[in-house]
Amino acid sequence: MAGLDFGAPDYGALIQPDRVHGSLYTDPRIFADELARIWYRTWVYVGHESEVAEPGDYVRKTLGLQDVIMTRGTDGAVRLLLNRCAHRANLVCEAQRGNAKSFRCPYHGWTYKNTGELIGFPFNQGYGGKGTIESELSLASVPRVAEHQGFVFGSMAADGPDLADHLGEAAGELDRLARLSPEGKVELTAGWLRHRTRANWKLLAENETDGYHPQFVHGSIFSVTQSPIGALYSDKSTAVTRNLGHGHSENDLRPEFRRAGEPMRWFGTTPERVPGYVSRMRAAYGEAAEQILVEGAPHVMVFPNLFVAEIQVFVIQPVSAGECVQHSTAVQLAGAEELNRRMISQSVGSVGPAGMLLADDTEMYERNQRGVAMLRPEWLDLRRGLHRERTDERGLTVGTATDETGMRGFWAHYRSLMEAA
Amino acid sequence: MSDLDPREIEQFIYREARYADEHDYDAWEALWTDDALYWVPAGGDLAEPGAQMSVIYDNRSRITTRLNQLRTGRRYAQTPPSSLRRVISNVELLGRDGDEVTAAANFVLAESREPGVQTWAGRVTYRLRLVDGELRLAGKQVLLVNRDQPLPTLAFLI
Repeated sequence: MAGLDFGAPDYGALIQPDRVHGSLYTDPRIFADELARIWYRTWVYVGHESEVAEPGDYVRKTLGLQDVIMTRGTDGAVRLLLNRCAHRANLVCEAQRGNAKSFRCPYHGWTYKNTGELIGFPFNQGYGGKGTIESELSLASVPRVAEHQGFVFGSMAADGPDLADHLGEAAGELDRLARLSPEGKVELTAGWLRHRTRANWKLLAENETDGYHPQFVHGSIFSVTQSPIGALYSDKSTAVTRNLGHGHSENDLRPEFRRAGEPMRWFGTTPERVPGYVSRMRAAYGEAAEQILVEGAPHVMVFPNLFVAEIQVFVIQPVSAGECVQHSTAVQLAGAEELNRRMISQSVGSVGPAGMLLADDTEMYERNQRGVAMLRPEWLDLRRGLHRERTDERGLTVGTATDETGMRGFWAHYRSLMEAA
Repeated sequence: MSDLDPREIEQFIYREARYADEHDYDAWEALWTDDALYWVPAGGDLAEPGAQMSVIYDNRSRITTRLNQLRTGRRYAQTPPSSLRRVISNVELLGRDGDEVTAAANFVLAESREPGVQTWAGRVTYRLRLVDGELRLAGKQVLLVNRDQPLPTLAFLI
């Protein structure tokens, strides 16, 4: 029984093609391993460039357990600085967001430019004066920072695959989201809800592209609002679950939307009700606009912590083996004023601690977390749809709308990271 | 409505709290006017609620949707419902404008639900209106003291 074994976890035994062991969600040693091998090594989503639109803008973010300041310098570059004074490790920034050219540590007054460079240390003769310790004692930066469609990722490892390699097929899904803007730009400027969740972060990551649960967990709100969403995740749906590789997965709803062939159906509306948006899209994209307007937004989980659910963006912040925080906001599309307010309104109804969808997901995560603490039958079953998977024209593994293809992709990548040297 | 007794306003506020505590969805819903706004802001500033994420920002029709979801018995975040009791205090009348009065109060609320007890606290601002001689609720804004922190699930009526 791996749960009682005091040796190093044997990830090959705990993670099998059709089942995973419950201790993966509860064991603090495994959580510590995840910090080292996933959160502080691979690419992790941190924030969006639109959150620091102007030079000097900054916003506090997290990367694993790290408190990170995302800043935009006067040079326009976005940086990720660790919020830790190089002197005695005090926090140099306590505000959640703002605009500042520098950060001053309250403890002994050390001051850093928003690039991280040390520019002041009071009574500096104690260090031999100016021009002595500056090069050695700057704020630490996240070693690698890269963005795609304004989504900023950081890696605490000095080398490794670049962001394009990590994102792989998932990059195209972020591109699809950006293409819904007539200006080709996503903005995450509506503010964030933060939902404290007493569950392991992986339960969320697995659920994001689980097309099996919506009819059950969300049956209450679907029935009350006569929502057509439930039908997208049914046995009859032509939508598919796709393993995008590198732990990423998606529920590809396009087959259903193509079958209907109605522009804006993905948003629950018609072109007549958002005429300004539709005409701007047609002006921007020409003939391609029809396809974009029919196919709508992606539903993609980007390993390990970024989830785009059509008009919402979620970020998973791990806290401990048994706790995490869900961050959520509404997508805003540059040049799509007719949609933006409605996306906020719909998102506020759906997500966050009181959301009519997400509060029920969170209830499931928290009950799951209590369940995985029970010692029998030890395993979580992952076999749904294994017998009917196929390979699509891109060479990716695809299951039906309700199959656990995404989860299996998540775990295959997770295992490769946890077993890597 | 210069003849409105402040004690009547307090009684209304206590009644609204009791309906929420006891999950009396029908009675609670009947308190609202047609232009109702039930608002629990998140951490951002309060200037432009329509342009920012809120924890709750329900107009009258969304209040009905929220209550109808609870009424299905399959709103799992409230199945079973939380056991609730709140204390309302520091009630102040802040202003009057025609048939409308603005009042505010502080509250502390204990929520018991597996696996434990959660304490909620904050300030509520009520917009009350006299309609056909009866007080009704036109607006309720709940400013949680911890709205800048990650919040646990808030699926009951706060």
